[in-house]
Amino acid sequence: MSVLIYTESNEGKFKKAAFEIASYAKKVADSLGTTVTAVTINASENAALANYGVSKVLKVSNDKLNTFSAKAYADVIKQAAEKEGAKVVILESTTDSLHIAPLVAVNLNAGFASNVIELPVSTAPFQVKRNAFSNKAFNITEITTDVKVLGISKNSFGLIENATSLTEEDFAPALSDADFGVKVTNSEKTTGKVTIADAEIVVSAGRGMKGPENWGMIEELASILGAATACSKPVSDIGWRPHSEHVGQTGKPVAANLYIAVGISGAIQHIAGINSSKVKVVINSDAEAPFFKVADYGVVGDAFDVVPKLIEKLKAFKAANA
Amino acid sequence: MKILVCISHVPDTTSKINFVNNDTEFDTNGVQYVINPNDEFGLTRAIVLKEQTGAQVTVVNVGGTDAEATLRKALAIGADEAIRINANPTDGLFVAKQLANVVKEGGYDLIIAGTESIDYNGGMVPGMLAGLLGYNFVNACIGLEVSGNEATTIREIDGGKETATASLPLIVAGKKGLVEEKDLRIPNMRGIMTARTKALNLVEPTGDANATSSVKFEKPAAKSAVKLVNADNLDELISLLHNEAKVI
Repeated sequence: MSVLIYTESNEGKFKKAAFEIASYAKKVADSLGTTVTAVTINASENAALANYGVSKVLKVSNDKLNTFSAKAYADVIKQAAEKEGAKVVILESTTDSLHIAPLVAVNLNAGFASNVIELPVSTAPFQVKRNAFSNKAFNITEITTDVKVLGISKNSFGLIENATSLTEEDFAPALSDADFGVKVTNSEKTTGKVTIADAEIVVSAGRGMKGPENWGMIEELASILGAATACSKPVSDIGWRPHSEHVGQTGKPVAANLYIAVGISGAIQHIAGINSSKVKVVINSDAEAPFFKVADYGVVGDAFDVVPKLIEKLKAFKAANA
Repeated sequence: MKILVCISHVPDTTSKINFVNNDTEFDTNGVQYVINPNDEFGLTRAIVLKEQTGAQVTVVNVGGTDAEATLRKALAIGADEAIRINANPTDGLFVAKQLANVVKEGGYDLIIAGTESIDYNGGMVPGMLAGLLGYNFVNACIGLEVSGNEATTIREIDGGKETATASLPLIVAGKKGLVEEKDLRIPNMRGIMTARTKALNLVEPTGDANATSSVKFEKPAAKSAVKLVNADNLDELISLLHNEAKVI
């Protein structure tokens, strides 16, 4: 009755979130007196999971799964859970895993808690703490079914190294044509840019930038920090920046280590979307901007004065700390 | 084509979030309720499809009598009829099972819901509905066209977007992008008048057990005051981020 995790890979490689759920699952398995099994799909670096407490990998290698299919992936995870007799199944909060998790839960007739941010409050009864009301509150949720499915919020738990001896086993679940009813015809990914989903640092800007032509300094600040760029809702609505950069309650959620907001006043809907970020820095010319109330560090000043100066200082800092 | 749009009745995005009864219940005092924003994009998309193809649009909610105002608003925006399943929507799997009954009963070809509601943020009902019915499912959908029995969808992926085709019946969990914000339909006077005469049918829930239950709510701890750094002393900001916050 191991704890099963689905560690997502992208072109064969795991991202940080995979190791984060492995770290989380190891703690849960310890408290239940069991071990962690990971199921992977066309992953090439399975051995790396041993560093984070995984004892066994069920390796699925199937060319049909090179293209994402939520139903097929959910079917794989269901069959892995049944094979392992898993009572707890844990997934990431990437776009793909969010897509799969509810299907897995139904397949296993399991209760599902998403946006989980800490280790279970208790395992009997099984209670977890999760984000709710768009990060304005937490909800303690009890899962009452025999099998439990958890989605762990990105960047909420961190990595815990735990070297374990790992067994790798080939696993070939049976898939049907019905698993491939949604056929991907085209996939577009920005390359060479840090995405908001993966970024440790996000630099975001709002109407205070006065126009799209002034975004060069935001891009430069982001580039020095290895950060993704983002924007507020009004900026994407008026077309200064693409919708894919809009962060907030109706845009993308951000759970970065560092969120830098330039010229964003901090409407409640914006704060809701970015509040899971650990450290927030606000640069705004209006000392009364509501964003300062939720920020960790603030600079009251004109973006056109502060940002270029900050870029120079950061360049010097990076050079000295390279 | 018969389209079913699932509507959550949620506190307005600007609502103050407080709890009562030893933090076990949401404090509805003074709270304005709206159509869940993610569902609103789906509803407008459904109305546009209706205009293009002559589809029939039904809206459905699992909730109490207070949700009827939200369903009436959806009728005023252009839906043809509404269904309220008379139950407290406290668990995703329970809600999905109730909706699955309505879908089977009504024989819908296209079911549109929001990717998540802005109150419980479970993000699970559309996927569970797809799992229960065995229908094709596209989550985080930002583009939807239907031609005959075939749909073309665009979904958001981490760092990009993905186009796919699927035959109906199909379940789509949509969000902003399904239509643009500026194109969202709002009720006009004629819509409000005709909505009064449209059917709002009541369905009693089946006795499915909840798979999860809410134990209590907590509010985030009060935040310590912001540390302000002088714009002429940005070395201090870098030092704080490096030595104190340890994020650079």
